[in-house]
Amino acid sequence: MTTTARNPLSNLKSHLSAACAGAALLMAAGSAQAADLNALIWCDHSDPALLEPFEKANDVKVNVKEFEGTGAGLAIVDQSQPGDWDVMVIDSIDVPRGVEKGLFEPLPEDKLPFADLFPEVKMDKSTIVDGKRYGITEKFGYNTIGFNKTKVDPADMQSLTSLTSDKYKGKVAIYDYYLPVIGMAALAIGKKTADLTEADLPALKAELLKMKANAKLVGEVTASQTALATGEVDILVGGGEWVTAGLAKENPALDFSIPKEGAVLWSQSLAMFKDSKNKDMALKFIQYILSPEGQARLATSSCYWGMPANTKAALTDEQKKILRFDEQPGFLARAQAYPAPNADLDKKMQDMWTEMLQAQ
Amino acid sequence: MSVSGSNSRALPWALVTPALAWTCAFFVLPFIAMGFSSLTAHEGGGFTIANYSQFFTDPSYWRAMVNSLEVTGTVTVISILLAYPFAWILAEMVPERWQRLALILAVLPFWTSYVVRSYSWLLVLAQNGVVNRALIGTGLIAEPLQLANTRLATVTGFVHFFVMLLTLTIFANLKQLSPSYRKAAADLGAGPVRTFLHVVLPLTLPGIMVGAFLTFVLCIGDYITPQILGGNNELVMPQLVMMQIGRRGDFPLASALSIILMAVVTIAYLACARWLKIERA
Repeated sequence: MTTTARNPLSNLKSHLSAACAGAALLMAAGSAQAADLNALIWCDHSDPALLEPFEKANDVKVNVKEFEGTGAGLAIVDQSQPGDWDVMVIDSIDVPRGVEKGLFEPLPEDKLPFADLFPEVKMDKSTIVDGKRYGITEKFGYNTIGFNKTKVDPADMQSLTSLTSDKYKGKVAIYDYYLPVIGMAALAIGKKTADLTEADLPALKAELLKMKANAKLVGEVTASQTALATGEVDILVGGGEWVTAGLAKENPALDFSIPKEGAVLWSQSLAMFKDSKNKDMALKFIQYILSPEGQARLATSSCYWGMPANTKAALTDEQKKILRFDEQPGFLARAQAYPAPNADLDKKMQDMWTEMLQAQ
Repeated sequence: MSVSGSNSRALPWALVTPALAWTCAFFVLPFIAMGFSSLTAHEGGGFTIANYSQFFTDPSYWRAMVNSLEVTGTVTVISILLAYPFAWILAEMVPERWQRLALILAVLPFWTSYVVRSYSWLLVLAQNGVVNRALIGTGLIAEPLQLANTRLATVTGFVHFFVMLLTLTIFANLKQLSPSYRKAAADLGAGPVRTFLHVVLPLTLPGIMVGAFLTFVLCIGDYITPQILGGNNELVMPQLVMMQIGRRGDFPLASALSIILMAVVTIAYLACARWLKIERA
C-alpha cells in the first residue's frame, strides 16, 4: 500500500474521528477480553444457534457488532483501533475495498474448504487481489422475483416483463437496494450486469421508472418482507430465497423464480483483519462457518435464510427443498454477477436510484 | 473582599462547567468535525463545496427538503389542532384528582418502542388492516384504500406521537394561567369565545410554540417513521442522509446534508425565539 499525502482538512477530520473512536469502541466491544473474538457481522451471524456451538467448542466469547452496508461497516473500522476487530462479513464484491484500505489478511487456501464450494460463487474476480485471496464466500442467493403463488400466475413470474405490466400494477414492492435492482433492470433490457457503463444509465433509469410506476412501495428488508407476507403486495422485485425460505413454514404460498432473462447473484464473504490480535481463533471461526455444520446453521439463520456456499452443508432434506438446493446448478447457470461499479459509476447509480424514489 | 469576589465569580463557572464540557464534547466538537467533513471530497479528500452544490442543483435532493418541510408543517399544524382541545379538556373539565391519571394515560403510548409503534401503524393501515376492514365492513368502500406506504401513513404515525407531546406543553401552560384573567375578562363583559380568543389563546401561545418547535425539530430529523410508514415512495432529508452512508460511506455528502437540515432548524428556532425564552415577563 502507498501512503498518500493528506490535506489539513483530512488530518483534522482524522484527529477528530480518532477522538471519538475510543468511546465508539467501548460501546461496540463492551467488555471484550483479549481472548474474545470480535466480529463485524450481518444479522444472520448473530443467531445464538450459530454462535454457541463455536463458543462452547473453543471456550471463547464471540462479540458481534451488526452493521448494514459496506460503507457503514468500514466506517466502524475507521473509528476503531487496529486490532480491535478479528473478522468481518462483507459483500463479496466489496472485498477489494477492504484490501485497498489495507485492512485484510490473505486467507490460507489450504486450510479452507475451497474445493467444496459451488464453483460459480467463489467470486475470484473480487475475492482475489494481486494473486492473494482475501475473502471466502460463505452464503449466496438471488435478487430475483419473490411472489405469492396463490395470488399471481407463476408462469408470468418466468419473465421480468411481468414486473412492468399493467396486470400487476399496485401489486409490486421493490427491494430498496440500488445495485441488485439496477442489475435486474439491466437484465430486463438485455444488458449484462458485468458490462454496465455510464452510457447504459438512461435506459436503466427508464426501466426503473417503469418498475416504480407499478410499485406500491420500495422497502428495506423487513418492510418488503412484511409487505409480501401480509398480502400488501404479491410480488417483490429483488426478492428471492432470502425472503421466502424463512417464511416457508408459516406461508408456503411464498416462492421465487429465476426468470428467463436471469437473476442477480448476491454473495457474502468472510474476511480476516490484518491487525487481528487473535488470528488463530479468527481462522478457526472462518473454518467453523465454512464447515458443513456451520454452513447449515448460517443458511437457516433466524435473521434470513440463504444458500450455503459449501455444497456439503449439513442441511436436512426439508431445508434443502425449501432452499431448492438441487436446482442450484440450473439457477447458477442463469444468474449474473452483482453489478460492481467503480466509485464514480456507483455514485451515479445511487443518484439515479434517488431520482427513481422521488419520482411521482 | 478580593477572595470572596473571585469566589463569587468562580462559582457560577464551576457550576456550568459540567454542562459546558458536555456540550463541547457531544455537540461542538462533533459539529466542527461534521463541518470539516462536509467540505471534503469523498474520493481523494481535498477541499470542495461540491457536497453543498449537489443539494442545490440536483432536483431529487432539493425535493427531499421540500418533502420534509411539507410533512413537518402538516404534522405540526394537525398536532396543534388536536392537542389544544385535548389539553383544554384535561385542564378545565377533568376533575383535579383525575388529571394525573389522565396525563399518564395520555403519555402511555410513549412507553412502547418507537419502531414497534410505527410497525403497528403499518399493520393497522395495511390493505387487510383494521381501518380498511372497518371501512369495507360498514359499506363505505368496496375496495381497500391504499393507506399504508403513503405520506398519509407517515403523517398519521407522526401525529400519534406529537399530539401527546403538544398536549403536555399546552396543558402545563393552561394550568399556570391564573383564573383571575378570565374573571377580569368576564367582569369587562367578554363572553367565553371572546375571552378565549383575546385572553386565553394569546397567553397559552408560549406553550403552543414550545410544543410546535419541539414537534418541528423532532419531526424534520426523524428517519424511522417515514422509512417504515412512507414506503419510500418519496424521500425526506434524514432518509437522503442515511442513503449516503449505507453502502458508499459518503460521510462528506451526508455531513453537508445534515448541516443544511440544521440550518433549517436554526431558522425555525429564530422564527419561534420570542416564545422560547426561559424568562418571561
